[in-house]
Amino acid sequence: MSDRVAIIGIGWSGFRPVTPEYSYKELMYEAARRAYSDAGVDPRRDIESFVTVAEDFHEGTSIFDEYTPDQLGAVLKPMHTITGDGLHGLATAYMLIKTGQFSLVAVEGHSKASNLLTPDGVTAYAQDPVLNRPLRMNTHFVGGMEMNRYLYESGSTQEQCAQVVVKNRSNALENPSAPFGADLSVEDILSGPPLSWPLGVRETAEHADGAIVMVLASEEKAKVLSETPVWILGAGWSNDSPGLENRDWSSANYTKNAAKMAYRQAGIYHPYQTIDFAEVSDIYAYKELQSLEELGFFQFGEAGLVTEEGLTHKDGDFPVNVSGGCLGMGNLLDANGLARALEIVLQLRGTAGPRQLEGINVGLAHSWRGVPTASGAVMIMSN
Amino acid sequence: MSDKISTYPGTSLSEKEIRDGKVLSIQDQMPGKFSWDTGIAIGKYLAGLKDGVIFGSYCATCRRTVVPPRTICEWCFQPMDRYIPLEDTGIVNTFSLCYVTWDVRRIKEPETPAVIEIDGASSLHGIMHKLGEVEPQEIKIGMRVKAVWKSAEMRQGAITDILYFKPHEGSH
Ligand SMILES: [Zn+2]
Repeated sequence: MSDRVAIIGIGWSGFRPVTPEYSYKELMYEAARRAYSDAGVDPRRDIESFVTVAEDFHEGTSIFDEYTPDQLGAVLKPMHTITGDGLHGLATAYMLIKTGQFSLVAVEGHSKASNLLTPDGVTAYAQDPVLNRPLRMNTHFVGGMEMNRYLYESGSTQEQCAQVVVKNRSNALENPSAPFGADLSVEDILSGPPLSWPLGVRETAEHADGAIVMVLASEEKAKVLSETPVWILGAGWSNDSPGLENRDWSSANYTKNAAKMAYRQAGIYHPYQTIDFAEVSDIYAYKELQSLEELGFFQFGEAGLVTEEGLTHKDGDFPVNVSGGCLGMGNLLDANGLARALEIVLQLRGTAGPRQLEGINVGLAHSWRGVPTASGAVMIMSN
Repeated sequence: MSDKISTYPGTSLSEKEIRDGKVLSIQDQMPGKFSWDTGIAIGKYLAGLKDGVIFGSYCATCRRTVVPPRTICEWCFQPMDRYIPLEDTGIVNTFSLCYVTWDVRRIKEPETPAVIEIDGASSLHGIMHKLGEVEPQEIKIGMRVKAVWKSAEMRQGAITDILYFKPHEGSH
């Protein structure tokens, strides 16, 4: 018996700045119906376990996991919710199948960010209540400080960060599910209002609503059910110490470690040579550059230069965030990692429409949980 | 207390000492505001309540009418799109007499939470509400009750448009 695991079904609803027509349950249901239909499974009969990702404070409901079974077809079945990113959820489903106890597992993540009227108030509650929160500063300051130190040490520039926004929002124009597509110039980005200098408002992803569901299968099941299984080659995740007082502000060591873990499983020694394209966190534009370096695709300080040269453009040697990324698709809170993985699956299947990349076999999805976290996850997939 | 211990060890603290800041602590309140989109099914339900009607939804596969209505049948996972006006009467499935308030005060006259299986809905489907116009000790499982509504001009499309359910003799 082989122990490979594949993604055999994907479904999503969204992504839009607001979704007043649907409750979060109805949003999840639309995504789930599509994913199960795509996988050719009946959730009531076939899916053996369910994993969701959600944060109670994002939902406004304590013990939120209790509210997820109905709209996923998970009533009276094994299910649990992780307070983590969508990639943590995918990694968990991957492990559930690896145990040999389950052969079909569904993963769900969503954002109803539009229903959270005080997102900055909730994020402020991620700051240390005794040491940091009494200073009463908007948590975006963590992004500003990280960007500042990263630019200082790496020699990357604000123009290079702005170039990330230009690229990703332009990519979003080719993605019908991305609401923030736009033709912008570096000047347009840099002339926008500051958020927490050197970080600008236009280098920060806007929130969006949406839901994503994926169906994972054991190799045995995947071969029966799917003509286009997307195989998981490796998954990794890592958390740095949370302290703002003593973290490494220029490097994202959590991403480096998460990647190492995934590369080890996949047997990848030369990421840039082996992996054809990537979807990485760009909640803030600088995070894309920093992450590409930590993931081992480029040397420290190189990502900005190659971005300017067009290497990470959709027609470049190493396309990054062809989907539009968070800047183009929106910041989907806990579902960000699933949105990154969704694009990897669409591309590897060859069903990405006008933005389809040619000659690709291996893709990498990366996610970061946003400020003030030092928490990242990575998944590597192939067709 | 025991053979070896006659008093609690240590220095006890009073609430006053904490209130007066003699014990170091940090207090804060989260600015968490939410506005939940009701969506299709619950939107229909609340609009119905505003009009003085309780809507359920019907699953043709399971031949089951649920209340509150939903767009998804959790048993067969098929969409539900048939909304059915139900009676505003039913029977008490279960209840409790709750002697602590929402904001944690002890009370002598208890709150009376109950699930009322609504006439016209499939069995075990009901509304979570309160009972009224009844002595708490008189409440029985299986008792017939009827909704007492706010006046039409006071209703705003909320579960509180029904004030409570009261005992109701006679068949529906
Ligand atoms: Zn049904």
